[in-house]
Amino acid sequence: MAQQVCIFAENKPGRLERLTKILKDAHINMRAITIATSQGFGIIKLIVNDPVKTAETLRAKGLTAYLREVIAVLMDDQPGGLQKIAEVFARKEINIEDAYGFVIKDKNQAVMIFDVEEMPEAVTLLSKAGFILLNDEELYNL
Amino acid sequence: MYWNKDIETLDRDGLEKMQLALLRKTVEQAGHSPYYQLLFQQEGIAPDTIKGLDDIRRIPFITKDTLREHYPYGFLAVPRGQIVRMHSSSGTTGRATVIFHTARDIDEWAGLVARCMYMTGVRPDDVFQNMMGYGLFTGGLGFHYGAEKLGAMVIPAGAGNSKRQIMLMQEFDATVIHIIPSYGLHLVETFRTMGIDPHKDLKLRIAFIGAEPHTEETRQRIEQAYGVKAYNSYGLSEMNGPGVAFECPCQNGLHTWEDSYILEVIDPATLEPVPDGVEGELVFTSLRREGMPLLRYRTRDLAFVYPEPCPCGRTHRRISRIKGRTDDMLIVKGVNMFPIQIEKALMAIPEVGSNFQIILDTIDDNDFMTVKAEIRAEMFTGDLKHLESVRKRIIDDLRSELLVTPRVELVEPDTLPKSEGKAVRVFDNRKQWG
Ligand SMILES: [Zn+2]
Repeated sequence: MAQQVCIFAENKPGRLERLTKILKDAHINMRAITIATSQGFGIIKLIVNDPVKTAETLRAKGLTAYLREVIAVLMDDQPGGLQKIAEVFARKEINIEDAYGFVIKDKNQAVMIFDVEEMPEAVTLLSKAGFILLNDEELYNL
Repeated sequence: MYWNKDIETLDRDGLEKMQLALLRKTVEQAGHSPYYQLLFQQEGIAPDTIKGLDDIRRIPFITKDTLREHYPYGFLAVPRGQIVRMHSSSGTTGRATVIFHTARDIDEWAGLVARCMYMTGVRPDDVFQNMMGYGLFTGGLGFHYGAEKLGAMVIPAGAGNSKRQIMLMQEFDATVIHIIPSYGLHLVETFRTMGIDPHKDLKLRIAFIGAEPHTEETRQRIEQAYGVKAYNSYGLSEMNGPGVAFECPCQNGLHTWEDSYILEVIDPATLEPVPDGVEGELVFTSLRREGMPLLRYRTRDLAFVYPEPCPCGRTHRRISRIKGRTDDMLIVKGVNMFPIQIEKALMAIPEVGSNFQIILDTIDDNDFMTVKAEIRAEMFTGDLKHLESVRKRIIDDLRSELLVTPRVELVEPDTLPKSEGKAVRVFDNRKQWG
């Protein structure tokens, strides 16, 4: 399992800039960032090289950060990869709460991040289907 | 368990006899002040015209405005030289009201506060940290003198400076604190950032919370966070300050010290008395004050009297928590509401932090209400759907409490401005008509 850093943020100008400055000053490398927003507030989700340190640094600066377990799947960066995972989930009626991906250019590989409600079941299914799931360390050493 | 058993448990008949005698004395003493001298002449009131307690109704009410009109010395009933202290009311617009005390007044007042503190279990070997503002405000000095009279050790910490407050509590093993409830909730955040667990690292067992109306939910949050019993304290500078009414260990209503005050509850519209159990405006008459006796002072505070006797054995009637001051009442879309109703709904939701704001605007000639609520950092799990459901619950709960649907914004923890005194929660930006 991998950990994603979630940050609560109001939809106000300057929130993201403040966040990225803190990360830069703490020498934290970002692999991926997504933002989910709702009525006036949002959650910023980060995949970083050191999630525990990131969460601690952000909390010390007064931000509301939480470490949330997610599934990170390594796949070849070619068409059809995502489709296979979606099929596995669909067959067992696993709801995807959130999904996003990023490409590792020099290796021609991609990582998909999934947040699902039925976490242990999803992990078992994907492993059985032959997917490579990354833990924290593997993910950040890519 | 009683500071003064004879007085605290005196039967109704005895209490009323005592009140009548003290009321006559008070009318006599008040008659020395310029205001009452003239009034009593006009109304034909004198000590011997007060035959029964009901005759108090012949004396006209006074309000904050009356005190302002006769500022500063119009109600002074002793030569200025006998006055040893003045206090002033806070938080109101316009000219302040001032109350003067003789040495005996201060002593009587301290006795009432000591009685309140003793009632909740404070004893001479307790260490009492007084976290209220000292100065013109009565909360600080009122409790200070009461605690000294009781014989507890006082740490006169005053208001503010959260880190020093916590350091004092820790180093001197404070067992009892006196704190404004909104500040008490705010301080919980400071405990966390300092890595202090009040349950393990402090010796606190009792908290007095007062100076602003608050809800049962707020009390419970303070009790849980600090590991204390929290007691509601009621007072107003016009009636000395703290020590007018106070919760006993039953924590169900505040005993009003009827040997020192006459309590009336009236309908603020008709000015007629309302029966016990019915909400109305509290009206007080001081019975033991010589420097500046006040008769039938309208507090604007809304509460009701509990009709049944209290299991603790005290005979002095209990008032409910203050629902709000008539001045605090908001009218939104034609509906009357009090900020405390919003507090009550918010504090019952575990995901909501301690600070909130109510913002009123005029949009397209209509009232528009926005409630900003801080989320609680411990409850955040990075789940947007969960936050959405919290926001929806706040809207639903407020709608059923207020009958008005507000807009609700969730904001980051600890970001709404907070005050170290009474909290400012309402921002009314509406157009003023007429
Ligand atoms: Zn009682």
